[in-house]
Amino acid sequence: MTTTNSIIKVDDLQTSFFTHKGEIKAVDGVHFDVPAGKTLGLVGESGSGKSITSLSIMRLIESPGKIKGGSITFNGEDLLAKSEAEMRDIRGNQISMIFQEPMTSLNPVYTIGDQIAEAYQIHQGKTKKEALQKAVDMLELVGIPSPKARVKAYPHELSGGMRQRAMIAIALACNPQLLVADEPTTALDVTIQAQILRLINRLQDELGMSMLLITHDLGVVAETCDYVAVMYAGKIVEYADVNTLFSNPKHPYTVGLLKSLPRHDIDQEELEVIKGMVPRPDELPEGCRFAPRCPFATDLCRERLPDLEDLGEGNQVRCWIHTDQWNGPEVNVKDDYRSAEST
Amino acid sequence: MFVYTIRRLIQTIPVLIGVTLVVFLMMHLIPGDPAQIMAGERADAETVELTRDRLGLNDPLPVQYGSFVWNAVQGDLGNSIRSGRDVSAEIVPRFWVTVELAVYSTILSVFMGLIAGIISATRRNSISDMVIMVVALFGLSMPNFWLGLMLIQYIGLTVGWIPVSGWGGAAVILPVITLGTAGAAIIARMTRSSMLEVIHQDYIRTARAKGVKERYVIYKHALRNALIPVVTVVGLQFGVLLGGAVLTETVFAINGLGRFVVEGINQRDFPIVQGSVLVLALLFVLVNFIVDISYRLLNKRIELD
Repeated sequence: MTTTNSIIKVDDLQTSFFTHKGEIKAVDGVHFDVPAGKTLGLVGESGSGKSITSLSIMRLIESPGKIKGGSITFNGEDLLAKSEAEMRDIRGNQISMIFQEPMTSLNPVYTIGDQIAEAYQIHQGKTKKEALQKAVDMLELVGIPSPKARVKAYPHELSGGMRQRAMIAIALACNPQLLVADEPTTALDVTIQAQILRLINRLQDELGMSMLLITHDLGVVAETCDYVAVMYAGKIVEYADVNTLFSNPKHPYTVGLLKSLPRHDIDQEELEVIKGMVPRPDELPEGCRFAPRCPFATDLCRERLPDLEDLGEGNQVRCWIHTDQWNGPEVNVKDDYRSAEST
Repeated sequence: MFVYTIRRLIQTIPVLIGVTLVVFLMMHLIPGDPAQIMAGERADAETVELTRDRLGLNDPLPVQYGSFVWNAVQGDLGNSIRSGRDVSAEIVPRFWVTVELAVYSTILSVFMGLIAGIISATRRNSISDMVIMVVALFGLSMPNFWLGLMLIQYIGLTVGWIPVSGWGGAAVILPVITLGTAGAAIIARMTRSSMLEVIHQDYIRTARAKGVKERYVIYKHALRNALIPVVTVVGLQFGVLLGGAVLTETVFAINGLGRFVVEGINQRDFPIVQGSVLVLALLFVLVNFIVDISYRLLNKRIELD
């Protein structure tokens, strides 16, 4: 994570929810950075804290949630130190976000054109007329047919894929430096998913923006990302460039995720699964958070939480196996994962 | 939109038939013989029979109904049994007084209700939210004639310059508060729950992510969506309001249609009751028509069918 030129750097981010049951640490000391012009994939199962991380970057965490500590450095400035008004100038302008549910993320009572024009009007100080013209241009850019007519359409008149294109048009209207995409294709049909991913990739190249892509889908990561951060139970467990991650995964959780992908190059009887579930943030285990589901876990793992260790070449992993203190049997995480699981 | 308006207008026809039918039958279902009442208690059988004939009460019911509707369409609601005066002419000035009372009260309800509801929703669980909700509960539970009496006693008579009876000028203040309070309370509660639901929708988060100011997030993005169920309540509330007008007009001695009905009932003056109820029912139908149209304007998702 020592990339020289990063657009955003998240350092020790802690976001908690304060409920009557006490503090729930949804994001607990997350570090990563997004290199300028590149795409970082933030991967994890539901409940791992990845969406909360993205909302924290936008400073859109709602009560009873609160960003408790850490820093988010964007263009050399700490976003957590900014006032609400300064944040508003950044949102939708320098950092934009697209969400998972295109069906519900657009306001049903305003036209698509109005909703695209709004962001442009707010940040660029243009007239309504100029902004609406911009909306037409944006609809054309995201590949919506007959944009002049569609600009007057209401969200319910568009299909899911078209709505997600409209969402992208809203997000990109002000030419942001960073796009935060929270599961942008999860709610869409598979064929539409591919179209939207290709669109995002193309626009990223054309506009030269950086992207933080939040997903649980490693297929999407392989297709889109340059770097990957794997998140588990509120912490980053592995960080690597996308090739290294797929060819040489270090953390048992990453290996488990990769093994649970269907593969067409080998004959598989059944898919591997990671047993159990992500622990609830209010019932975190004491040691390594993955230990209860890990086939290699020792007493050391169950008692003490490992640090995120640098393995060189930009790879980082949070696992005792890769440290000097490892006292279990010699393991090759990638090759031994399956046999360990089946015992 | 034009087609929708026409279609909605056509839909009111069965309602109008129902309304006239009920109002017409009222006269025949109420105990007591109208001809006997009209001819006087001590009139002999022959006079009663003559009166009955003159009123057309011997005709078959469908014929009577037909002529009632035909006359009503032409603005002829018959003559008062007691005074013999034309009912339509009596109703018109009183009708406008009641419309004024109802409209002012609705404006007060909507204005107060929306503001209170929005404050409550945006500051959920704060002191102001709790105070508003408790006051709204009181406003809702208070019978309006009692509220009227309390206002006369503790505000009208204390302040001195607010008249406590009649209509026009400062005299409108107390009756409008009396009649509008319950509606304001209902609208406040409705707005609050509707806003709370809308505020957690994904598109509100989208608006915030665009950098929209919180004020616009609430008043532009949230309120317009939250208003949809509130508008329905306003329409229904208008009917309740017309019922409340009967009590309010009586308490404040306002010469409106509500009080006219009460007098008509007390004196068993059927044409007056019939005519007034018909006019009030038509007003209610009209208001609901307007509500449906504005509903459609607010929510483009409602299709024409």
